[in-house]
Amino acid sequence: MRHTISVLVDNKPGVLARVAGLFSGRGFNIECLAVNETLDPTVSQMTLVTRGDDQLIEQIIKQLNKLIDVIKVIDLENGDYVGREMALIKVTVDDSKRSEVLSIIDIFRGKVVDISPHYYTIEVTGDEDKIRAIIELFKPLGIKEIARTGKVALTRESKDRKA
Amino acid sequence: MKLKGAEIFLECLQREQVQVIFGYPGGSVLDIYNHLYDAKIQHILVRHEQAAVHAADGYARATGRVGVCLVTSGPGATNTVTGIATAYMDSIPLIVFSGQVPTLLIGNDAFQEADIVGITRPCTKHNYLVRDVKELAVVIKEAFYIAHSGRPGPVLVDLPKDVLRESTEFHYPEQLAMRSYRPTYKGNKRQIVRAMEEIQKSRRPVIYAGGGVISANASKELLLFAKKLNIPVTTTLMGLGGFPGSDPLCLGMLGMHGTYWANMAVTHCDLLIAIGARFDDRVTGDLNTFAPAAKIIHMDIDPTSISKNIKVDIPIVGDVREILKDCLALISKEKIKKEGRTEWFAEINQWKTTHKLAYKPGPNIKPQQVIEKIYEITKGDCIIATEVGQNQMWTAQFFTFDRPRTLLTSGGLGTMGYGFPAAIGAQVAYPERTVVDIAGDGSIQMNIQELATAVQYQLPVKIVILNNHCLGMVRQWQELFYDKRYSQSLFHTHPDFVKLAEAYGAVGLRASKPEEVETVIKKGLSTPKTVIMEFIVESEEGVYPIVPAGAPINKMILL
Repeated sequence: MRHTISVLVDNKPGVLARVAGLFSGRGFNIECLAVNETLDPTVSQMTLVTRGDDQLIEQIIKQLNKLIDVIKVIDLENGDYVGREMALIKVTVDDSKRSEVLSIIDIFRGKVVDISPHYYTIEVTGDEDKIRAIIELFKPLGIKEIARTGKVALTRESKDRKA
Repeated sequence: MKLKGAEIFLECLQREQVQVIFGYPGGSVLDIYNHLYDAKIQHILVRHEQAAVHAADGYARATGRVGVCLVTSGPGATNTVTGIATAYMDSIPLIVFSGQVPTLLIGNDAFQEADIVGITRPCTKHNYLVRDVKELAVVIKEAFYIAHSGRPGPVLVDLPKDVLRESTEFHYPEQLAMRSYRPTYKGNKRQIVRAMEEIQKSRRPVIYAGGGVISANASKELLLFAKKLNIPVTTTLMGLGGFPGSDPLCLGMLGMHGTYWANMAVTHCDLLIAIGARFDDRVTGDLNTFAPAAKIIHMDIDPTSISKNIKVDIPIVGDVREILKDCLALISKEKIKKEGRTEWFAEINQWKTTHKLAYKPGPNIKPQQVIEKIYEITKGDCIIATEVGQNQMWTAQFFTFDRPRTLLTSGGLGTMGYGFPAAIGAQVAYPERTVVDIAGDGSIQMNIQELATAVQYQLPVKIVILNNHCLGMVRQWQELFYDKRYSQSLFHTHPDFVKLAEAYGAVGLRASKPEEVETVIKKGLSTPKTVIMEFIVESEEGVYPIVPAGAPINKMILL
């Protein structure tokens, strides 16, 4: 099963290497990863998506906790959370396709962030399914390039979640 | 008071009550060595940096204190990697201080530059690159704390040359505030109660004790626990000495080269109480058939050890000494009675009598005979280091370890060349005790250069070479599992070990016939110098029982 795991770490050089090294060294896989500073500049937050059965996920969480620089590990799958990714998609356009492209963008609540005679660069955010869907729709029209972020996530403020 | 980085370094070591550093100088650490010239800390100059780490490791295992090494940048640092990985696998508290090129040159492929923090990240408990002299004291304090607390392990601190030369106000922190590192020492009370209930219900329990018992200094508590509840104890290689080997409850070692009765008892138990052990593959063999009918209680300080290989029914995370103390308190409070378990012990005794640990005497010296003789003559009152391979397994089987911290052996990584420098470290800690390295003719040559160190510091380490003219364990596997194709495992030439000892200024003795064994051991042990005792032993001798890798542990190949 896929798990999104949020890891709070000391914002120090080498911490990402420790986390990445742990995953590669122990044969865990990372499907995507996003790292950023939090409100406290001494703390960074990593959001990573990994896959495994319960025993493996338990081991991954314990191993992360064992790293000296790791402050807190939260398996977001234990409760409700909001997760978002962003993609920048450079789509080929010509006069015949322009309106179709614009209507797709509209449906997905995306934005055109750069225009040139032959390309639109589109910004879209959402969960993975949404990003995948818009990419599928653009494919037949011609995608020149894609850049995607990893997932970032926050827990929902409901009462019954456990860490 | 303003101090230079190099002075702060030595000042911090003194605050941590470091008595000895094992090291080797070089360009990047010259400032430290310059101040060390006047310092009170003893420095042991090894002949290879790998040996510095093994010696610090042997010192740490024998004393329970943090071992300290000091090496230069680049090759000095990379030479420590095997030693660090050895200590990491066996959870040994030590700190390697490595020199580094000046901060401005880092990343420039400078002379003798290596990214040692990057290289050692996966084999240290934690490591540091000190970028500013102002951080130095705090980093050293943290390094010591991390090395010996929780599940102990090696820490590396990389010290760029300019950091050692710059000055700052020296202040050694009294306390540390580490928000991200707080080991759990106290076991969960409810889990302990649950565990005790299971133990009460069990008719066929076995305690499986590992190196955690020794690192937590919990031997006394373990002995009381086993005695009060009348439960037999098997130990891992790392656990030898953690429970008295001569106690009637002791089943000896389990696993690949474990005793027949220990492996049978574990296979047939209804409750396995793992204490400071980690279900290593050399212990469990085939996981699906390991203790198949047993409920499992697991006490360990490291949560990652729990349910890593084997699903545990009652995990208790904490320091095993604290946990055992709580169990003992519960035993006296609840007035828990000692169970007879007569049927269970009768069954174990049956296994014990059918397949003893044995060897067949012959015209040549048997290596087991040498080890038994050393035990007989020393009465076990010594520290034994081993190399890795047959010498190590025969030592585990034929020497009786009654006290903790008397066996120094590379259990997890299986590092050949570990034993001799580890013995040097132990001898530095205890100049008056007998320290013996039991070696093979292969492994002793991996750090033989340390004879110079032992002789220089007048360390009367005794090296026992069981010379079978081959890499015995490799040869044995080739015999059993590779159609006797002895590929690259036979030595056709060797140095003359007696002359080699003499060339270094040590004493060399040799025995070639069984009747010479006792004389040589007695003479070697009573010579107050570094001694090599070479025993020309039967070359085709094997270690038995042996469980083929990945097989169930009750499917042993017996002698």
